[in-house]
Amino acid sequence: MKKYFILFGFMTAVLFFGCGKAKVSVTLAGSTAFQPFAEKIAEKYMASNPNITVTVQGGGSAVGIQSANSGAAQIGMADLVKLPDEAKSLTSTVVAQDGIAIIVHPKNKAVNLSIEQLRAVFNGKIQNWKEIGGSDAPITVVSREAGSGTRSSFEKIVTGITLVNNAVIQNSNGTIRETIANDENSIGYISHGILNDKVKALMIDSVECTTESIIAKKYNLVRPIFLLTKGAPEGEVKNFIDYILSDEIQAMIKKDGLLPVK
Amino acid sequence: MKLLGEKGVERLLSVVAFSAISALGLIAVFIFIEGLPFLFKYGIKDFLLSSDWRPDAGKFGIYPMIAASFWVMLGAMLIGAPLGIAGAIFLAEFVPKTVMNIIKPAIELLAAIPSVIYGFIGVVVLAPVIRDLFGGPGLSLLAGAIILGIMIMPTVISISIDSLLAVPVSFREGSLALGATKWQTVHMLTTKAAKSGIVASIILGMGRAIGETMAVIMVTGNSVMIPHSPLESVRTLTANIALEMSYAIGMHREALFATGVVLFIVIIILNSIASVAIRKKVIVK
Repeated sequence: MKKYFILFGFMTAVLFFGCGKAKVSVTLAGSTAFQPFAEKIAEKYMASNPNITVTVQGGGSAVGIQSANSGAAQIGMADLVKLPDEAKSLTSTVVAQDGIAIIVHPKNKAVNLSIEQLRAVFNGKIQNWKEIGGSDAPITVVSREAGSGTRSSFEKIVTGITLVNNAVIQNSNGTIRETIANDENSIGYISHGILNDKVKALMIDSVECTTESIIAKKYNLVRPIFLLTKGAPEGEVKNFIDYILSDEIQAMIKKDGLLPVK
Repeated sequence: MKLLGEKGVERLLSVVAFSAISALGLIAVFIFIEGLPFLFKYGIKDFLLSSDWRPDAGKFGIYPMIAASFWVMLGAMLIGAPLGIAGAIFLAEFVPKTVMNIIKPAIELLAAIPSVIYGFIGVVVLAPVIRDLFGGPGLSLLAGAIILGIMIMPTVISISIDSLLAVPVSFREGSLALGATKWQTVHMLTTKAAKSGIVASIILGMGRAIGETMAVIMVTGNSVMIPHSPLESVRTLTANIALEMSYAIGMHREALFATGVVLFIVIIILNSIASVAIRKKVIVK
């Protein structure tokens, strides 16, 4: 509810200010994984194009699809392996790729999991770290809430996951990272773009989760980030999407942890 | 003001007063419009009593969340109510007024601390302690109960103090004159006379505990599971709505509104009981 009120207030504010000046405005909404990147790009874009206002809102991939459909935002952001039916009528452009890192506490002795082991851990079939190269301690599985783009991508790629009942659920990439950093026996998954040294990324099928291995297509837990528009992008919307796809911005995205499309 | 005249001002004020009530009405109508159709479509019994919550598979059973909300609330009451009432008795009866006038506002300040701060302390301090002492993930029912127990104390203490102080001094004087000690007076007379107010404070505390969201999301771990031990991770009704609302579309979204309907009804019932209890106190006085 609160979120909606904030969103509503925000939109009214945008309307207010938008009407006052003869500025062209482009609004993006959706995926929280891409939101910080979109904000940074928007800032840069506005600095060189002072007559254009780019507004970036979060809300999640579902909100991105919804608002692109309803016209609340010209561009919806979604980070899903496969777009749902609701997005079929929209034009999608892939602007970046994002790896999903499997993370544990830095002190955890496990280093590598096969996809089968990963599936068994999240299904609750493997419940002790000693079975997969760690010390004798119970595994705490940490996951995202139902409907999250990261979660649905993770489950689509790994396949065959019915999340174990006692999995701890956190509602953002950041809180998952904090939870893992605070608990030596936990395992979770986050966007590769927000890895830091408070957590350790595991190798999957002996492939490390690094920018290089993802670009080389060796690391498999990767999802695209879509920008969705109603009909083919045109005018300022097209200019902005082209800007994101430009070499300069793609290089910037890469430096910050996402992966360029080309 | 002459411009408006007596009647005009009266009307203006009533419009302002009603705008507050109509906000409440609008919220209620909105939640019910969004949530009720789902309840009937899915079946009230299945919704309330099934423990299968898998929105992706079209399964919406909120029984684990109802159980979790109940146990977290009960735990919070077991921790917060005795401490709160004891604190209120101490402050109202055994401490000079000047001291109480310093301590009471300080306690009420606790209520002004944003719940995300409580949650943060719970995650960083409390959860690791629970994990090290008792095992389990640390983010648990117990952590939620302790944090909520602290959060409801200001409510319990300040309403209890008010109702204790509302007991006429002549009651106490009479008891003391009959030779009762201070403690006998307190537990046999003052607390009995203030009983309805104290009960109301507990019920309002319950309302606060069951409605709290942010702190609970942060410390309880949010697993959809009927708790078998206080060390397990649980998801409350409020947490369920807040966690999933931003991603929910279609049936899933309606199911979350229906969760809101359930929560709304529970809180309305609790608050009505509390206001009846408070009204009783006035009559006794």
